[in-house]
Amino acid sequence: MTTSAPHPIPPAITARQAGLVGCQGCGKVHHAGVSVCQRCGAPLHSRMPGSLQRVWAWLFAGIVVYIPANIYPMLLTTSFGRTTENTIVGGVMDLIDYGSYGVAAIVFLASVVIPVGKFLAIGYLALVVRDGSRIGRGSGLHGRQHLFEVVEFIGRWSMIDVFVVAILAALVQLDFAATISPGIAAVSFSLSVAFTMLAAQSFDPRLIWDAEEGTAR
Amino acid sequence: MNEAIDSLHTQTGSAPIGTLDPDCLIACPNCDALQLDAPVPVGALARCHRCGTVLMAPREQAMTRIVMLAATALVLMVAAVFFPFLEISAGGMVQRSSLLDAVLAFSSGLMLPLTFATAALIIVLPSLRLASIVYALAPMALGWHPARHAVPVFRLAQALRPWAMAEIFIVGVAVALVKVAGLATLSFGPAFWTFSALVLVTVLSDTFMCRISVWKTLEERRQP
Repeated sequence: MTTSAPHPIPPAITARQAGLVGCQGCGKVHHAGVSVCQRCGAPLHSRMPGSLQRVWAWLFAGIVVYIPANIYPMLLTTSFGRTTENTIVGGVMDLIDYGSYGVAAIVFLASVVIPVGKFLAIGYLALVVRDGSRIGRGSGLHGRQHLFEVVEFIGRWSMIDVFVVAILAALVQLDFAATISPGIAAVSFSLSVAFTMLAAQSFDPRLIWDAEEGTAR
Repeated sequence: MNEAIDSLHTQTGSAPIGTLDPDCLIACPNCDALQLDAPVPVGALARCHRCGTVLMAPREQAMTRIVMLAATALVLMVAAVFFPFLEISAGGMVQRSSLLDAVLAFSSGLMLPLTFATAALIIVLPSLRLASIVYALAPMALGWHPARHAVPVFRLAQALRPWAMAEIFIVGVAVALVKVAGLATLSFGPAFWTFSALVLVTVLSDTFMCRISVWKTLEERRQP
């Protein structure tokens, strides 16, 4: 990384300040007004139009479908004529009862901690990048950038529990002894994961760094 | 080994960067900062001087390696879909299930959309992504001109990346095994090992992928 030189780093010039547009797919710089990247063919926007509206819309959709995902059963286990229903948290409890703490931790992390953390993180980022909140150069921006990268990377791992249900339901069809079938929560949970992934993808990370531009102006 | 290239910034520190030709600049996709598009030596790492995002990380023989690994993964995928994946036995009954069975687990009533989603996430999208990588980059690896529509095809491969969830499925399998362990005895079929190999090979192929370098190569080779 940058060595601590005696002279401070001059503020960066952004493509927007220079009257240019940078491609988010391949980094190629174009004159403003060009609408399609000449290198990779992606649509060009100085900032993604309506980025924050789309983030909020997908985020709320994700939160709304996350509620039934936790109330309704994820797994229906029929063993010797008795059917038991398991919600997401119930499944974690069962794993703890079996003594598999490690796996219980993985499931709890993937189905509860990561989704909820993602709601909070995306909401936080969408709130702080609004035009009103300018902060000093460099302070906290790397942190926000880092948070966004983590959210983008980790979001898809929430799908673990849905795949577990799919495998169990396919595998455990042993007639009378035990049968496992998926519950309706599997659908709403996967929708929640997909919606929050779309929320993260709609977020334009360049908005994070515009806060710096605000103080320089 | 990987030295950061900070010279990108020092070269532009005093020059009025906005007056430069856009063709010799590169804009960071994450923070929009302009920097000089200097050639990056193989094995080095070019970071954005403002936000630290890795802009370019060209590797030796990257194209050949990516194509070979993606083609390998495609072959493994075919095997993984059709061979038995897991085998469970309890009380004298044996149940074999392939990857397709796992996908079809949701195939009743309201769950039907989830069947399509699971099939897409663990079989269709990973295969499509690997196939488009091979299609777009194989001519590059051989030093030819790009194939027709290579640009939209590679853009598709990039867009599919977050939605190809084969590696997440493998972790799901591990969790499912622990859950069933008390109920019955389990053994792995050949498809399980093939699928695990596929995940490893895909990850390896992705580490060689430097999207900006690939786009630049595609652009250069398009010139007659």
